[in-house]
Amino acid sequence: MNNVKKRKDPLIRISKRDVPVWWKSLIIRVVAVAFALVACAGLIVIISDYNPLDVFKTMIEGNFGTERKIWNLLQNTALLLCISLAVTPAFKMKFWNLGAEGQALIGALSTAACMIYLGDKLPSPVLILVMLVVSILSGMIWAVLPAIFKAKFNTNESLFTLMMNYVATQLVLYCITFWENPKGSNTVGIINFDSESGWLPALFDQKYLLNILIVTVITVIMYIYLKYSKHGYEISVVGESENTARYIGINVKKVIIRTVLVSGAVCGITGFLLVSGTHHTITADTVGGQGFTAIMVSWLAKFNPFVMAGVSFLITFLERGAGEIATILRLNQSVAAIMQGIILFFIIGSDFFINYKINFRSSKKEGHK
Amino acid sequence: MSNKPVAIELKKITKTFGKVVANKDVDLTVYEGEILSILGENGSGKTTLMNMISGIYFPDSGQIFVKGKEVSIQSPNDAFSLKIGMIHQHFKLVDVFTAAENIALGVDDGKKFDLKRISADIEAINKKYGFNIDLKKKIYEMSVSEKQTVEIVKVLYRGADILILDEPTAVLTPQETQKLFAILRKMREDGKAVVIITHKLHEVMSISDRVSVLRKGEYIGTINTAEANESILTEMMVGKKISLDIDRSEPKDPVDRLVIKNINCSNREGVKILNDVSFTARSGEILGIAGISGSGQRELLEAIAGLQKLDSGSIIYHNSKTGKEDNLRDKTPIQIRELGIRLSFVPEDRLGMGLVGNMDIVDNMMLRSYKKGKSVFLQKKEPKTLAEKIIKDLEVVTPSASTPVRRLSGGNVQKVLVGREIAASPTVLMAAYPVRGLDINSSYLIYNLLNQQKEKGVAVIFVGEDLDVLIDLCDRILVIGGGQINGIVDARTTTKEEIGLMMVKSKGGNADE
Repeated sequence: MNNVKKRKDPLIRISKRDVPVWWKSLIIRVVAVAFALVACAGLIVIISDYNPLDVFKTMIEGNFGTERKIWNLLQNTALLLCISLAVTPAFKMKFWNLGAEGQALIGALSTAACMIYLGDKLPSPVLILVMLVVSILSGMIWAVLPAIFKAKFNTNESLFTLMMNYVATQLVLYCITFWENPKGSNTVGIINFDSESGWLPALFDQKYLLNILIVTVITVIMYIYLKYSKHGYEISVVGESENTARYIGINVKKVIIRTVLVSGAVCGITGFLLVSGTHHTITADTVGGQGFTAIMVSWLAKFNPFVMAGVSFLITFLERGAGEIATILRLNQSVAAIMQGIILFFIIGSDFFINYKINFRSSKKEGHK
Repeated sequence: MSNKPVAIELKKITKTFGKVVANKDVDLTVYEGEILSILGENGSGKTTLMNMISGIYFPDSGQIFVKGKEVSIQSPNDAFSLKIGMIHQHFKLVDVFTAAENIALGVDDGKKFDLKRISADIEAINKKYGFNIDLKKKIYEMSVSEKQTVEIVKVLYRGADILILDEPTAVLTPQETQKLFAILRKMREDGKAVVIITHKLHEVMSISDRVSVLRKGEYIGTINTAEANESILTEMMVGKKISLDIDRSEPKDPVDRLVIKNINCSNREGVKILNDVSFTARSGEILGIAGISGSGQRELLEAIAGLQKLDSGSIIYHNSKTGKEDNLRDKTPIQIRELGIRLSFVPEDRLGMGLVGNMDIVDNMMLRSYKKGKSVFLQKKEPKTLAEKIIKDLEVVTPSASTPVRRLSGGNVQKVLVGREIAASPTVLMAAYPVRGLDINSSYLIYNLLNQQKEKGVAVIFVGEDLDVLIDLCDRILVIGGGQINGIVDARTTTKEEIGLMMVKSKGGNADE
């Protein structure tokens, strides 16, 4: 009995909560963000001379300060949302697609190729349609290769899709040396600068509006697809339990390949939007790591497309605010990255408090005589 | 009894998990040199209570006294230093270690680690209680009963005076159970306090000195086994009188419905799992399958359901209406359904195979039928009606039809699954361990459902573990051992002992070959 100390209850005990009510979860999330902001403020006070409130204000102004800034915010949100929607069917099926980056990049590459080679041969509306189809196809090819190997030989899809990213990047670098404009710049430059052939047109004088509308439509379609279609149902069953899927006679391999094709297609569309609707050029950095951020967005939103819109908005807001405080306040950009990390940490951590409750040792014990 | 010294005393122990009250104000006393049974249905809080003594959970309130001293047990290590040892239902052994290594694992007596010395100590224990284990044998080579012996020796080696066994007989044959009981009696003579958790009444009667009954987390009472009988105990357990008889009707003109001939199958490593299995399932009859778990029951049912590839053999389905015969071998579940064969299957792994835990009851109803119709969208109306019907007819306790099934209790999960499979009005119904983990009321409800199906002329195949139930419920019992059929007996004339012997026959048989 040597190591049993005198009778003492543990200081903290953790117990599971009942089914959380949605508004309680929401309150916990809001409180988490509030705490996160306090922690950020503390950080700013420690490492700089700025008033944290000024820093927050700068972030907000950086996002909402001018009409142009608001459009940029919405555009970036839309593109992050688009690629997040793309990874969602695969992840819901527990297919670890880490290759959204490459799939979008290859979509972007084929879009750019169409613009360069067909720019003066086809009328712009036809060209845009061709670009869309080609980008979707190339995204699908990039995604389905690992899926086929997974279905046939049970290869590890995370590694395979990850490798495919590098292949895509190198392909882009290779093509850039072909398409260099002007020669020796090692960049492609703005494609079809004069004719604007293959550029997504501006709606109501807003060049990003069409992008945003397209992504909105994809969001709604994806929501319906996942929630109300038979395909969506099969995706959930395969993701939850492959054994159950086999038991009811779902052809698991077929569902895997079909779902990954959907993922690849939406990735391709993201690439298309990036080139045709946004940058009108291509670099190896066109997707810029969004393919990985998308995984976080998708999981944080628990695969709900509408929640994803909110999460994408939050992350884009933080990223843009980060850029702003780096330029205006000359704070190191890393500070902003740290703040982003803190806020995400609190949001993810709040899950724990939604599902569990913490009991402290009470001074008086019930049932004690 | 009261003249014996008290080993453990619990006072007003309460433990809650969220809204669920697992134990409420439970009092319990265990004396040295006795065997105490803790009896209760599944979910009555037996295991939770014992886990608080062995340091896995910590009570919300209440006091624990060990040998008269109040203690606070915060970890299994605390329990061990109080000489309390628990043998869990799911063994906690390292597969690639030998028996001796597993027993020595985690014991720090301050001396140099010397497997030889430890082995000698273990042998002394083995001798004292008559255990028969090979210390150099690796765990993965052992049978379930050997593994259990290792667990018991492990606890004794650590010097436990108070042993808690959580449903130790669930995985044993009748013969192995008798051996275990002999050992437990020896421990009692040695002055140890033995607590055994169980819900099998006849075991309670044969092994224990006293019985403490829990119901829905509350302590109902303790009686001396000598003064008890099965109906008193049941009433304490369930709270009302219930009849423990299963009505068994005579099969009505049975015809061969499923003829299995010489099927063989092996697993990925090429090890044979089914060895030349042949039998016939008839309509209007319940065919029981008995055997030690893992003898090939799962593969057999999965082969019939179209989930397991066979090396050879045939599974012929006789359609009594059309006279058509179909070979189901290597057909997928969908192909079988397309042949118009209504084959229902309640698999052993309910939430991992029969249902999807995170989906609600309605979505789970759809599993079998979601493909119906040409629309690309799901039709939720029919499954919703079905879900509500099953909830009503089978008295499923659930907040609503849109509750994820993983939130339901074991019995209710099973009602949902069985309800769905029966709703397809099957001609063949296979059920693997359908009452495992269910309380008495739910179990009898399932037996009745199977009986109803039988009377409707369904060929029912029932894989069970409780031999008493198999003998009372089935018409014929097929005994499987090591992937072979060791015999088919008439359930009306056979005995538990006969089946028990047949269950283990194959091992001897293999050695002779």
